[in-house]
Amino acid sequence: MKLDEFFVTGEPLIYGGMVAIVLVTSAIIFLLTYFKKWKWLWREWLTTVDHKKIGIMYILSALAMLFRGGMDALMMRTQLAVPDLNFLSAQHYDEIFTTHGTVMIIFMAMPFLIGLMNIVVPLQIGARDFAFPFVNALSFWSFFFGALLFNVSFVIGGSPDAGWTSYTPLSGAALSPGPGQNFYLMGLQLAGIGTLATGINLMVTILKMRAPGMKMFKMPIFTWSSLITCFIIIFAFPILTVALALLTIDRIFGSQFFTLTGEGLPMMWANLFWMWGHPEVYIVVLPAFGIFSEVIATFAHKRIFGYSAMVWSIIIIAGLSFLVWVHHFFTMGAGAFVNSVFSVSTMLIAVPTGVKIFNWLGTLHKSKIEFSTAMLWALSFIPSFVIGGVTGVMLGMAAADYQFHNSYFLVAHFHYVLIAGTVFACFAGLTYWYPKMFGHKLNERLGKWSFWLFLIGFHVCFLPQYFIGLDGMPRRIFHIGPEWFTLNFLSTIGAFGMGIGFAIFVYNIYYSFRYSKRETTGDAWGGRTLEWATPTPVPPYNFATLPEVNNIDAFMEMKEKGETTFDEKKLQPIHMPSNSGKPFIMMAILFFASFALVFEWITLAAIGLAGGLIMMIIRSFDYDEGYHFSVNEIKQIEQSRRGLDHE
Amino acid sequence: MSEQNFSSGPLEYQTEQSRLNILGFWIFLAAELALFSTLFATYAVLSGRTADAPAPFELFEPTSTLIMTFLLLTSSFTCGIAVHEMRNGSKKGLLTWLIVTLLLGFAFLGFEIDEFITYVHEGATLQSSAYWSAFFILAGTHGLHVTLGAGWMILLVIQLMQRGITRVTSRKVFIVSLYWHFLDVVWIFIFTSVYLIGMVM
Repeated sequence: MKLDEFFVTGEPLIYGGMVAIVLVTSAIIFLLTYFKKWKWLWREWLTTVDHKKIGIMYILSALAMLFRGGMDALMMRTQLAVPDLNFLSAQHYDEIFTTHGTVMIIFMAMPFLIGLMNIVVPLQIGARDFAFPFVNALSFWSFFFGALLFNVSFVIGGSPDAGWTSYTPLSGAALSPGPGQNFYLMGLQLAGIGTLATGINLMVTILKMRAPGMKMFKMPIFTWSSLITCFIIIFAFPILTVALALLTIDRIFGSQFFTLTGEGLPMMWANLFWMWGHPEVYIVVLPAFGIFSEVIATFAHKRIFGYSAMVWSIIIIAGLSFLVWVHHFFTMGAGAFVNSVFSVSTMLIAVPTGVKIFNWLGTLHKSKIEFSTAMLWALSFIPSFVIGGVTGVMLGMAAADYQFHNSYFLVAHFHYVLIAGTVFACFAGLTYWYPKMFGHKLNERLGKWSFWLFLIGFHVCFLPQYFIGLDGMPRRIFHIGPEWFTLNFLSTIGAFGMGIGFAIFVYNIYYSFRYSKRETTGDAWGGRTLEWATPTPVPPYNFATLPEVNNIDAFMEMKEKGETTFDEKKLQPIHMPSNSGKPFIMMAILFFASFALVFEWITLAAIGLAGGLIMMIIRSFDYDEGYHFSVNEIKQIEQSRRGLDHE
Repeated sequence: MSEQNFSSGPLEYQTEQSRLNILGFWIFLAAELALFSTLFATYAVLSGRTADAPAPFELFEPTSTLIMTFLLLTSSFTCGIAVHEMRNGSKKGLLTWLIVTLLLGFAFLGFEIDEFITYVHEGATLQSSAYWSAFFILAGTHGLHVTLGAGWMILLVIQLMQRGITRVTSRKVFIVSLYWHFLDVVWIFIFTSVYLIGMVM
């Protein structure tokens, strides 16, 4: 293979990207070397098995991916602002809408939420870490290297260009030769390992490691939504694993699952993809519902309204999520009966979702609302998400869907649910739990600027798209006709508004790091659940002692009784898992194997796979039992973090 | 994470961490169930789509498939005896029966590889049609699982020889036995829905 085939050539924007990558990488290497931070990076971060640090790494990576996916979006919106613009070529446009979708769903939304779950769930249930801290690190590095593999495609080998759904036969070897689609398949496969492992890990953690007295129906709603999300992950992700593997084998080893020859069935891909893909949208939206529930209860200063209705509606949504996948391709022609069945099941989902909306409104009813930034995100979610939900029911009617299908109406719908649902929740959750993670709040004034710009930008960007869609503009075209100009131009302005909102959010992280007041108590907002009972910064073992939980709002109860998680009489040594570099190394080796497979260098891929197996064998012989915090060490840590040693 | 210990119950359940691991593995098996279900569904959808390649009933051999079934079912039984020996605290019994299980597993794999080679010579390959792709991937994924399970069991045999039956090694043996029985169950479905139905279709 020649070098100019290996690297992507001929696109000025991509050359710009390459220069940026080289500059940023060199800057990072220089800074780490100059400040002698390599050892620190390895010891504190790359080898950590602490759920809080892993969560922070997830969120940082997700923010980087939000930036990347956002840049893709802005390039698309620029191309579509004016009729017949040639800012991007057709090929480049195809690549960008593909990577935008994939990055945002797989490498932004999921890791962001999993990052928040990582940090918050063990703290909410009174656990000292995940059930399997080593596996948790493995999950993170699998996501990280999967994302890396997918993202290098735009400078090395060429990006995938068959849409985030990667429909066959277009994405098969015959119509999409070259490494592009392989990057998609292997990147998702590598990251998928970690997602499944997290699903299992978190489920065991929630089922088995709750504080004494915390029955299932006493768990905080965010924990509930995480548990149900794990359930969906466990039954949906294997379907994606199989689908990706079959297409990979089709492309690289010549099997005939989705081909047009050999009696293959291209339509089967759409079925397999959406049997995973539809549960997937609930994987990214149920935790979001959980976050909003926590934020709304805290800032309405009220117990969440209709707790058990909330929980049951999450469970019902999860069940229904497996029964609606055909609504993504009504027009494929499965027949009137099949379409009707899936149409009805689709519309049924609106019922439990509606229950949740009324529960949030019920919580707000006659409450004293505190308009903090996190609360603003949560409040704006409700009406915005309702617009997305109602248009979803419109799309769910099979007969009407023949009109809406493949138009900007659909694009507007899913951005309304995914941005107002998931992205708002990520911002709300990060703002809300930020003081627990970093020991200071995000600046509220900058936070509100970022919120209003993002919110207004969002509506200006996507509301017009409903109307352009009804006007007949199809999705995935790179030139617009003059009749669609006005609304498209408006939409582009909105997109840049969101971009500025995000930029302010990121600047706020820096600004608050420099200037925000440091937290002295662990309870930054007057929280209701156990995560606020820990001191800030949270000690490595989280809880020195555990309270007896009798109430949904466990920390409110503790505050009333004057209890803390530092009861000197009950102190005992705490067992901790050792740090390990193995997860990082193992996934780095599998990254190498996957990269080789992308270019169909079979020998190298086999060597990489063997390396991965050797790492597993080494792990099997590892009998490291961890270490202990002694009672004295715990006393010292707790006293200094609770400010008790100055008295 | 947790260190609470229990003195009652079998050895593999006596630490909190072991209990977590065993539950985690059960959940992992649920995911495996979803994985194999997807492969079975794919196989069902693609059955009959043999294109120019031979039909399955022309190639499937009742005798060798029956022998394979017998070998794998027996290995599941011997694996059960191994765990029984472990609970009686007999390291020698445990090792013996694990090795018997391994030998039966390898015999199964030998038959499967031989079967695949025969089919390829008869003109039914991974590439020849949608049906044969689905067949090789479904049976092959099961075979790959058996191979990994056998490799894992060998590692445990070595660890048992080094360390004897402890709380940790007993948990590992118990978990690998769950895996082995699971693969047996999957094979029963492959035997009926692939081979038996394939022979009459």
